[in-house]
Amino acid sequence: MSKPITVLVSIDSNSLLLGARHYKNYLASLVEKYNLGSIVDVLETGSFGDYGKGVLFLVLPENTVYSVKSEVDVEKIVLEHLLKGRIARELVVEDFSTEGPVEAKSTTIEERVVLRNAGSIDPRNIEEYIALNGYQGLAKAFRMEPRAVIEEIKKSGLRGRGGAGFPTGLKWEFTQKVDSPDKYVICNADEGEPGTFKDRLIMEGDPHSVIEGMVVAGYAVGASKGYIYIRGEYFESVASLRRAISQAYEYGLLGASILGTDFSFDLSVRLGAGAYVCGEETALIESIEGKSGRPRLKPPYPPVSGLYNKPTVVNNVETFACVPPIIDKGANWFKAIGTKSSAGTKVYSLCGNLVKRGIVEVPMGTTVADLVYKFGGGIPDGRAVKMVQTGGAAGTFIKPEELGAPLDFDSFKNSGASLGSGVILAIDETHCAVDVAKNLMEFFAHESCGKCSPCREGTHIIVHILNEFSKGRGTRELFDQLYDVADTMEDSSFCGLGQAVPVPLRSILDRFKDEFLAHVDTLQCPVGICKFDKKKKKR
Amino acid sequence: MSVVTCPDCENLFAELDRYIDSVKDNTGVLINVLHKAQEIFGYLSEEVQQHVSEKLNVPLSQVYGVVTFYNFFTMKPKGKHQIKVCLGTACYVKGADKIMERLQDELKVPMNQPTADGKFSIHAVRCLGACSMAPVVLIGEDDYYGRVTPDEVSKILDKYRRAE
Ligand SMILES: Cc1cc2nc3c(=O)[nH]c(=O)nc-3n(C[C@H](O)[C@H](O)[C@H](O)COP(=O)(O)O)c2cc1C
Ligand code: SF4
Ligand code: FES
Ligand code: FES
Repeated sequence: MSKPITVLVSIDSNSLLLGARHYKNYLASLVEKYNLGSIVDVLETGSFGDYGKGVLFLVLPENTVYSVKSEVDVEKIVLEHLLKGRIARELVVEDFSTEGPVEAKSTTIEERVVLRNAGSIDPRNIEEYIALNGYQGLAKAFRMEPRAVIEEIKKSGLRGRGGAGFPTGLKWEFTQKVDSPDKYVICNADEGEPGTFKDRLIMEGDPHSVIEGMVVAGYAVGASKGYIYIRGEYFESVASLRRAISQAYEYGLLGASILGTDFSFDLSVRLGAGAYVCGEETALIESIEGKSGRPRLKPPYPPVSGLYNKPTVVNNVETFACVPPIIDKGANWFKAIGTKSSAGTKVYSLCGNLVKRGIVEVPMGTTVADLVYKFGGGIPDGRAVKMVQTGGAAGTFIKPEELGAPLDFDSFKNSGASLGSGVILAIDETHCAVDVAKNLMEFFAHESCGKCSPCREGTHIIVHILNEFSKGRGTRELFDQLYDVADTMEDSSFCGLGQAVPVPLRSILDRFKDEFLAHVDTLQCPVGICKFDKKKKKR
Repeated sequence: MSVVTCPDCENLFAELDRYIDSVKDNTGVLINVLHKAQEIFGYLSEEVQQHVSEKLNVPLSQVYGVVTFYNFFTMKPKGKHQIKVCLGTACYVKGADKIMERLQDELKVPMNQPTADGKFSIHAVRCLGACSMAPVVLIGEDDYYGRVTPDEVSKILDKYRRAE
């Protein structure tokens, strides 16, 4: 039975760093000590987002959010709020609501589809998920023909959240149409883009939403086995998913004859081992087969020939988490959110030089400015923003005057700002464009799997040239050469990794040409980051 | 059979075998098994790779290929406490390079090389998925440190220096 007062402790990988588990245990011990056990429930829940303010406690029914930084803070909350019913003002997080700071005048508000439960339920307890309409989408799907489920997903306009934006319903339809006794459903939880951590918080905050989406997919396409491929470093997410999977088995939501139907579906977790290219779907499939994760030639695409050469659906974590509410509430409900080309919401990872860093879910079509200023709280320390990286490593860099760009699947085409995996990484004026480009290109050089030469060699040539610039040895010819390498890589790289490198590279070169050339013409780093080679400096 | 190179090896191999037996009927378990092996032994020596190859009936060349392909796997012993510094973009713009410099100064070793006493080694990694806490340092498997400043580095190390 639920008790009159509930304290929810926000637990995610980030709050754990700040001692969340310890404070929660301490809180529980104080509740015992003061004999509050019969009226106060202490529960763990997923992420509330990170507001740079310590561990967050949400006290219900008052909806008070506290920021806890020490045991003393925990004591205060117990003595004041729980014992005496007085709000401990000094610990309250005032701007916790999604209203954001005052300078943001826009009307965009948070809209939670994917994160509908994260932060309000205990992700370790399947019953809480079920209580909030969990597994209803699945139950409803079972009352429909598989074809009708696919039609509903198609009608909803759902497109993949992993970066490429492929229509999900269409992908399922391709898979469903292939005649094969064995088919697979894979959840891509590799999340290796620097700056992305949304999938992690979804899996930790509401693992069942992902599992439910996968079972629906399995039913729709006729697959009876699923894998979640997850980064081996995501210990907390792995634990969360494994726990959720075993509960789902206990409740008959996985395994044989699910919910009394004749549909069976098995699900297990496979660990990645730190290779960015394994996020590419065919490399991921190779990796699940136990091999080195080098991409395969496409076509055939996974819906025709994927895992063990069987028809396979690969979708992103966030994509799967959208599925249950679409089935439950209908395609039209989902379609009504977002923009014409891009239905629904998007979860963003806000990071870099921002006041508030964390995840936020807003309708498709929200502008970068809203994400940076309204939800991200702007740039700290009174500094100016120099550029914002949108979409992740393979995304784009945009300048301050371009922040009005709305983000959706068409925005790259329309305004040059990529939606990608939903990263909003703000970079302030103390950073040098050459240096930022170099850091990113080193990432690609390191992660190139080496299968094809345009990417293997191209990334190293790019790093080498950028290095020359940062040492004061850049030339205009070398600057142009960067574009040539980009063209070659785009045309002839084997997989999406090499093909995507030109996108961020060109976007930063185009926008910061002056800064790059200043390194050549004045032999100075305008920001003073690059340490020039003294000898070369006097020509 | 291979020579036993550590005092507790037999037990460690037995532990690995128990895990392998528990997953053996699944196909494609090689990577999960290597994760377990590295957890048990700390690194994947030739001997361990040979063992996995035999137990799973996977060619040694494939085991070796997989071990060298993935960043997470290592064939050389690392420090007792592996210090991973994220150099992903989000951490980089929050000064991760300065943390890296300070660590190398403090421990007087370059990247990827254990300290003389074998206690520490420093490694660069790309995004630990905790970007909102940037810059992020991970020690061992789950001691995360967020919003690290160069001046905190020595204090963080002290915890591990003092231990035992
Ligand atoms: C180099 C590379 C890395 C990728 N990494 C990821 C990833 O971490 N997560 C993801 O969902 N998709 C990633 N993708 C995209 C996948 O190949 C695939 O398009 C996606 O998982 C499909 O799911 P969706 O349709 O739901 O987006 C990556 C693609 C490339 C080329
Ligand atoms: S483009 Fe790069 S990552 Fe892709 S196959 Fe070629 S070398 Fe490998
Ligand atoms: S290479 Fe630095 S502003 Fe320059
Ligand atoms: S970039 Fe460092 S944790 Fe993501």
